[in-house]
Amino acid sequence: MRHLLSAADLSLPEITEILDLAEEMSTVQNRPVKKLPALRGRTVVNLFFEDSTRTRSSFEIAGKWLSADVINVSAKGSSVFKGESLRDTVLTVAAMGVDALVIRHHASGAPWQASQWIDAHVLNAGDGTHEHPTQALLDAFTLRRHFRRTDPTMIDFSGKTIAIVGDLTHSRVARSNVLLLQTLGAKVVLVAPPTLMPSGVGSWPATATSDFDDVLGACDAVMMLRVQRERMSGGYFPSAREYTVGYGLTRDRLNLLRPGTAICHPGPMNRGLEISADAADAADSLILDQVAAGVSVRMSVLYQILGGADDPASSPVREATLR
Amino acid sequence: MRDLLITGADLAGEGPADLLIRDGRLADPADAGLDAERLDAAGLIALPGLVDLHTHLREPGREDAETHDSGTRAAARGGFTAVLAMANTVPVTDTAEAASHVAALGRRAGHAEVIPVGAVTKGLNGEELAELGLMARSAARVRVFSDDGHCVTDARLMRRALEYVRAFDGVIAQHAQDPRLAGAQACCHEGDISGRLGLPGWPAAAESTIVARDVQLAELTGSRVHVCHVSTAETVDVLRWAKARGVKITAEVAPHHLLLTTDEVMGYDPTYKVNPPLRPSEHVEALREALADGIIDAVATDHAPHARHDKEHAFAEAAPGMLGLETALAVVIETMVNTDRLSWYAVARRTSVVPAEIARLSGQGRPLEPGEPANITLVDPAARAVVDRNQSASLSRNNPWHGRELPDPVVATFWAGRPTYRRD
Amino acid sequence: MSDSGPEASRVVLDADQIARACARMAHQILEANRGANGLVLLGIPTRGVHLAHRLAAAMSEVEGETIPVGSLDITLYRDDLRRNPTRVVGHTYLPVSVDDAVVVLVDDVLFSGRTVRAALDALGDIGRPRAVRLAVLVDRGHRQLPIRADHVGKNLPTAASERVSVRLEESDGVNEVTIARPAGNDEEPATVDHTAFTGEDR
Repeated sequence: MRHLLSAADLSLPEITEILDLAEEMSTVQNRPVKKLPALRGRTVVNLFFEDSTRTRSSFEIAGKWLSADVINVSAKGSSVFKGESLRDTVLTVAAMGVDALVIRHHASGAPWQASQWIDAHVLNAGDGTHEHPTQALLDAFTLRRHFRRTDPTMIDFSGKTIAIVGDLTHSRVARSNVLLLQTLGAKVVLVAPPTLMPSGVGSWPATATSDFDDVLGACDAVMMLRVQRERMSGGYFPSAREYTVGYGLTRDRLNLLRPGTAICHPGPMNRGLEISADAADAADSLILDQVAAGVSVRMSVLYQILGGADDPASSPVREATLR
Repeated sequence: MRDLLITGADLAGEGPADLLIRDGRLADPADAGLDAERLDAAGLIALPGLVDLHTHLREPGREDAETHDSGTRAAARGGFTAVLAMANTVPVTDTAEAASHVAALGRRAGHAEVIPVGAVTKGLNGEELAELGLMARSAARVRVFSDDGHCVTDARLMRRALEYVRAFDGVIAQHAQDPRLAGAQACCHEGDISGRLGLPGWPAAAESTIVARDVQLAELTGSRVHVCHVSTAETVDVLRWAKARGVKITAEVAPHHLLLTTDEVMGYDPTYKVNPPLRPSEHVEALREALADGIIDAVATDHAPHARHDKEHAFAEAAPGMLGLETALAVVIETMVNTDRLSWYAVARRTSVVPAEIARLSGQGRPLEPGEPANITLVDPAARAVVDRNQSASLSRNNPWHGRELPDPVVATFWAGRPTYRRD
Repeated sequence: MSDSGPEASRVVLDADQIARACARMAHQILEANRGANGLVLLGIPTRGVHLAHRLAAAMSEVEGETIPVGSLDITLYRDDLRRNPTRVVGHTYLPVSVDDAVVVLVDDVLFSGRTVRAALDALGDIGRPRAVRLAVLVDRGHRQLPIRADHVGKNLPTAASERVSVRLEESDGVNEVTIARPAGNDEEPATVDHTAFTGEDR
């Protein structure tokens, strides 16, 4: 695997391998020495154009537990105003001899563009309103564990129905999850008010509805998305109260879920808005498991990308001939 | 200068004839002396020099992206003998002095006639009218006014501007984009692709609703409205309705909207970021049809050079716009002539005669007849080439046609009898 | 895992001989440890794990108690990761804590010693055993590191270019150890490549 830019890049065997290895990686947390030597001598840069303590620290720990040298570079504040282009920033960081760039950017497509400019591996840690593939992988990891409690041998998600609920238009988590869950064979139901339904959603491998109650009883998992309060001023919905009544996972809706239905949320939560405290803290809430899975899944992904021989296309030889 | 006798060129599809250039004007070929230089143009087509209603020359202010010299050189290579220079320079062309300065810069460069477009509002801020009358009275004789890059959204201000320019037969060229429907972030046609790529959407309705309003303001005021870079099928419908009502409205289409589609954006390459954005093929088809029918009156390049460092950002943050002067005629031939939608006569109308009329240029877009200014573009209708952005006369490289095989039509351009471009 | 191409292959241990070797090793381990007290068998995937289970079963028969068996994957500790495409990581399972235990590492073939080196590193990150012993079915020589086995099923003199293949019923459907020499390649010098890392090219 050269880069991880989109959840669509991953085949079912690749996803399975990543999740299986994440299971192995998850045992590291319980060991006296939380260190594996696999990426010794590798340098990973977290290049974050947008704050995200959770994702950044999760990638940082993952890299460090695999013995890579991890450096955090904050490029916050649009480089447009700093007079430096995205390309300049990316090339400057890559020129320091990094093996992989973990890129978070407030604009869609930036990691993809970066991968065209440099030889280093690029991992998309969330780009604008486009994708967040490692989040989708850790969601799948968490859900697989949950489903395996009752079906220990399950491999893919065929026969499972998963609802993704909330601000789909602006959600990179939703986009990556739709793509990953499709490959895993799940049936995906998208639930949002029409104002927050992405344009062209009809062409997505999912069904879309604006009636949450209609799908509640048919779900094996519900993924609640964070609602940005500033969407209200954008006129996407009239009030927080109205949103909660229509699309929140309230206590009433919690009671309409089938027993064992998993509850996910990528965090941070707006308790009382898109998810009630009862739902967030319910027995089948996987929200804390999702957080815990973040490091294991990112370790697995880092190993898949950096654990083997360098791609001949990016070997130092090529560099030498350029001089 | 010696007389030049161009022999055997097909005059815009009217049949082969000779053209004699003498002292910057066309003369009767029968008067050609034996000492006249001769140019064998058999098999070529002669068009009146092309006129671009929509060019961004970037000078003054961003001479690293384009200057009058480089921009008009590119114009000459593309067969243009006149370009209208948009007002969004630094400073903005919103005073008589600024307009005269732009015209003077163009004269000094000398590769094509440069006619300044005046801003509609001061500083393009959409709030107060610029000194429209003084610009019209200046030596630059400004007749086209546009806040291009910004829409004149305030309906009352638009109405006043339309009324005001009637006094000197001016025209308001509107960049139709409702900023509430398609804000500053909007960068991708709103549809399947914007949804999948997570790019802020630019719905087609943000253009056509403004055009529909402006049609009615044109009717109300009896003034002329020109619609810049029409990009949607809905706008075409509105234009068709307006023209049927006899409203004085004209419209242009940019070459890229005649060929490129939203699919180009899928790689997030900011070269394909343009405003209005590339649209799906059904819109492209509607635009071709409208250009063929004359619902769209003219082709205008929206030539928008940008320095590399303004383009090499994330897609949503990169500067919008693409080069167009050198390839405009090639795209028109590819999409309209090679598909039998436009005759050469009609090509001359859409690229030269009508734009000159809209801009009220007296010395451009004239018939190729004795006594007229010798503005001529010689075209090889069959030549093709792969576009190489590094071969451009422009200072910028945001060329969406790079690597694409297109017609390579322009053999020579004569402006006022002087060759401004001749293929080696 | 056999190479394609013509190889002259011969069986050096058949099913009975493997069974006898395992039984003997089980007794030796118990004898060296003076019983099963504190013993943990950790097989190195894949075939080391099968052998560990066989040894544990044989030991249980003698001692009448269950011997804890686990698996210790060493992929992430290999020193040749960057010479090859990304390797699939195997399963690590510890039945009990290894702290203060006597860990017997079990593998099918001892060759360069690099696998065992990696296993010792992995073990050190997991806990602090009282002692670590090494049991292998075949020792084929050609060590590249100062490592020796405590318990060996069979010492097998080989040329470095020869391939030793252990096949076990659990994974291969048959119990045998074969040795193969690449055809037309009688005297190949010993090379340090990835095949030298373990007895088998994992």
